[in-house]
Amino acid sequence: MDLNGEEFIPAPRERVWEMLNDPEILRQCIPGCETLEQAEPDQFSAEVVLKIGPVKARFNGEVFIKDKNFPDGYRIEGEGKGGIAGFASGGADVILKEQEDGTLLEYRVDANVGGKIAQLGSRLITSTSKKLAGQFFGKFSELAAQAQTA
Amino acid sequence: MGVEGIGARVLRKEDKRFITGKGRYTDDFKMAGMHYAAFVRSPHAHAKIRGIDKSAAEAMPGVVGVLDGKQLTGDGIGNLICGWMIHSKDGSPMNMGAWSAIATEHVRYVGDAAAVVVADTLENARAAAEAVVIDYEELPHVIRAVDALKDGAPQLHPEAKGNLIYDWEIGEKDATEQAIAGAAHVTEMEIVNNRLSPNPMEPRAALANYDEADDHFTLYTTSQNPHVARLVLSAFYQVAPEHKLRVIAPDVGGGFGSKIYIYPEEIVCLWASKRLGVPVKWTSDRTEAFLTDAHGRDHVSKARIGFDKDGKIVGFSIDTIANIGAYMSLFSSSVPTYLYATLLSGQYNIANIHCNVRTVYTNTAPVDAYRGAGRPEATYLVERIMETAAREMGMDPAELRRRNFVSEFPHQTPVIMCYDAGDYNATLDAALKAADYANIGKRKEEAKARGKLRGIGLSCYIEACGIAPSAAVGSLGAGVGLWESGEIRVNPVGTVEILTGSHSHGQGHETTFAQLVNERFGLPVDNVQVIHGDTDKVQFGMGTYGSRSGAVGMSALVKALDKVEAKAKKIAAHLMEADEGDIVIEDGEVKVAGTDRKLGWHEVCLAAYTGHNLPQGMEPGLKETAFYDPTNFTFPAGTYVCEVEVDPETGKTEVIQFVAADDFGVIVNPMIVEGQVHGGITQGIGQALLENVIYDDNGQLLTASYMDYAMPRADDVPSYKLSTHETVCPGNPMGMKGCGEAGAIGSPPALINAITDAIGNNNLTMPATPARVWALINGK
Repeated sequence: MDLNGEEFIPAPRERVWEMLNDPEILRQCIPGCETLEQAEPDQFSAEVVLKIGPVKARFNGEVFIKDKNFPDGYRIEGEGKGGIAGFASGGADVILKEQEDGTLLEYRVDANVGGKIAQLGSRLITSTSKKLAGQFFGKFSELAAQAQTA
Repeated sequence: MGVEGIGARVLRKEDKRFITGKGRYTDDFKMAGMHYAAFVRSPHAHAKIRGIDKSAAEAMPGVVGVLDGKQLTGDGIGNLICGWMIHSKDGSPMNMGAWSAIATEHVRYVGDAAAVVVADTLENARAAAEAVVIDYEELPHVIRAVDALKDGAPQLHPEAKGNLIYDWEIGEKDATEQAIAGAAHVTEMEIVNNRLSPNPMEPRAALANYDEADDHFTLYTTSQNPHVARLVLSAFYQVAPEHKLRVIAPDVGGGFGSKIYIYPEEIVCLWASKRLGVPVKWTSDRTEAFLTDAHGRDHVSKARIGFDKDGKIVGFSIDTIANIGAYMSLFSSSVPTYLYATLLSGQYNIANIHCNVRTVYTNTAPVDAYRGAGRPEATYLVERIMETAAREMGMDPAELRRRNFVSEFPHQTPVIMCYDAGDYNATLDAALKAADYANIGKRKEEAKARGKLRGIGLSCYIEACGIAPSAAVGSLGAGVGLWESGEIRVNPVGTVEILTGSHSHGQGHETTFAQLVNERFGLPVDNVQVIHGDTDKVQFGMGTYGSRSGAVGMSALVKALDKVEAKAKKIAAHLMEADEGDIVIEDGEVKVAGTDRKLGWHEVCLAAYTGHNLPQGMEPGLKETAFYDPTNFTFPAGTYVCEVEVDPETGKTEVIQFVAADDFGVIVNPMIVEGQVHGGITQGIGQALLENVIYDDNGQLLTASYMDYAMPRADDVPSYKLSTHETVCPGNPMGMKGCGEAGAIGSPPALINAITDAIGNNNLTMPATPARVWALINGK
């Protein structure tokens, strides 16, 4: 599954960069994320509850940040195991572009799923991913705007 | 023909319990202390098992065991077998990889069993299965058969280098190539036969119990052949010796071939019940069925057929790659070889045929026989290329076929089969007439005026049933003989029990087998009980598949009835002081021909059991057994005509009419035969229009529920126009050929030929989804 998109974030590029590297911000933004703990620099362990079609599962996984290029962007990769529901793995290239009153965040997501999620939810993965991306950036923009006014 | 004899439309006796919810299927049986098995299945197409952490699962409520493959093999349970040895053309035996009922080191397809949890309730078993943590190391995988043969492809089994199981051939290669080289016209096609999921209504299930007191196992299972299951479970898997294992296949809700095989789950339930000391039940859910029931078809073939200037076939060459999945299922090796390539002569007189088959491993579910088993693949190939060749040569497709029909019998083809009887012109004529083939041009015009594309397609199929002469299949590599047994037990009151090695899982044996007794003795079918599917009751049998229960199973009963009749006549002659040769049995009475002397059937039977007045030296009782080994395959054949209308805006196909003219030889119950044809054609339409097993590039099964795997529904099909034409099969005492698979064998090419006629493009692959048809219409 591939998913591309862009999102306008009402905050300066350096601030967006900081937020993208802040586990607490990421935890609040990732839909269904219950814990996100920094294990090492640029490595986190996460617990996420996801529902894709008829399959609901708790994913335990690792998240890595790679190819950091301040403040232009990075690649974030993750791999999660959802028990009998299967597994998900993938990554996103994130590119930050400065704009007049904020930052344009472009993303290219590639993801693979396996097991029950693929068997029962494959038709729904693209639409679910779009929805999850929407939720993520909705929250991210909201937190960025709060930070600006604060 | 009596009202309940051969040829009568007797309502099915078994339907009363089926349609009132009183059928008893494996999952309906319960045992005291019964536990439930839930399998932990691989989510990866190919991986190494680095470790299994059972601790959390073992601590969960109700769990009595979490078992793995190393424990299974450690207890001496053998690997699964393939029962038909195929040799490559260089003489080497097939390269078969090991298949353990639970994976020991590697999983090789999504759904491969990696562990099993047994718990007191199904919910607890499933919850604990989720808690089993398996550490997988993912390995490279290969999904498509063509890719599996490429250099550098991931290797599945060390035994099969390059994933090649065998490279087999049949027919004369050089002669065929020479004939094609000299042909006036050659048609070439690449033909794909799509992978299907069998989808019986009742999913597979097993309930196993080890009784420590008797040191004896009982297995209830969804099997088409319980005796073969018992034989294989004991002789090869060492689960239990044969005399210590009772296999019961009670009511079984459809099989279509998928319940012939012995699967890992039955083995595991038997093993676990002894190891854990509890009865163990497993019932597949629908997604497990999609993942693990043996799939069907999945061939990719390149075919070339040459004609002389008169449209006579001079040579036919086929190169096939067959995908067998990750493991070799019980009869998987025979399907793309002896059940496929031996039918490539179709209904035609072809002097030169050569077929090469390479069968390969891939990281997908095992593939084995599915309704038709090899014959649908052959028929689809032959009938697609015949239709296409006729169009290329500007000939009427019906006329091209007619010119090449076999018309003298017996006819020896160059690919083993010897056709014994048939009248292919008769079924072609009947089908063309019923379809009003002559006026298709007008109907095309009329449809065109409405903006629709109308097309018509033919399929003149032949298939081979009644498998099969034991010595013949033995010489071709089969591990079993394919005879059948039958026992007729006449009770002292004259009622009859038929014990048969055939197994009914929808075929209606309880009715048709009783009709046979009615025909012989004039007893009402209600006085006849058919007993099958229990190894403690029936001595031995080979089961039901390959449309063999009539031609082989009933032939065994005929032989047993012959013996019963002979003995009853001796008794009656003795009692009535008449000559044995003057005794006739009819209408439930035993008569002395040409006199008014007679006895009731029940009086003769009672005399047999009282033993008060029997001929000198005769044993009491009236019970006879017979084994029948067929002398040849039988060859049902016919013509199917399909007419479709395609909407060029959407690519959607509507089946306007479907005509079937079949020759099944002698028919016992026309109503049941029509039901078989209806079901078969509908399955074939399903394959041609809707059904497709899809693995993505990662080996994930995307069609694992009815949301994604499209089954045919009532509104996808028209009312069929059926007729039969009888040529008597000389190979068995009843003259029967078999009807169970013909519909699924003959229908896909008729439908695809109709669509390709409508859209004017022969390059269509099944299933003909609207997207595919639209793309061809629009040159995409």
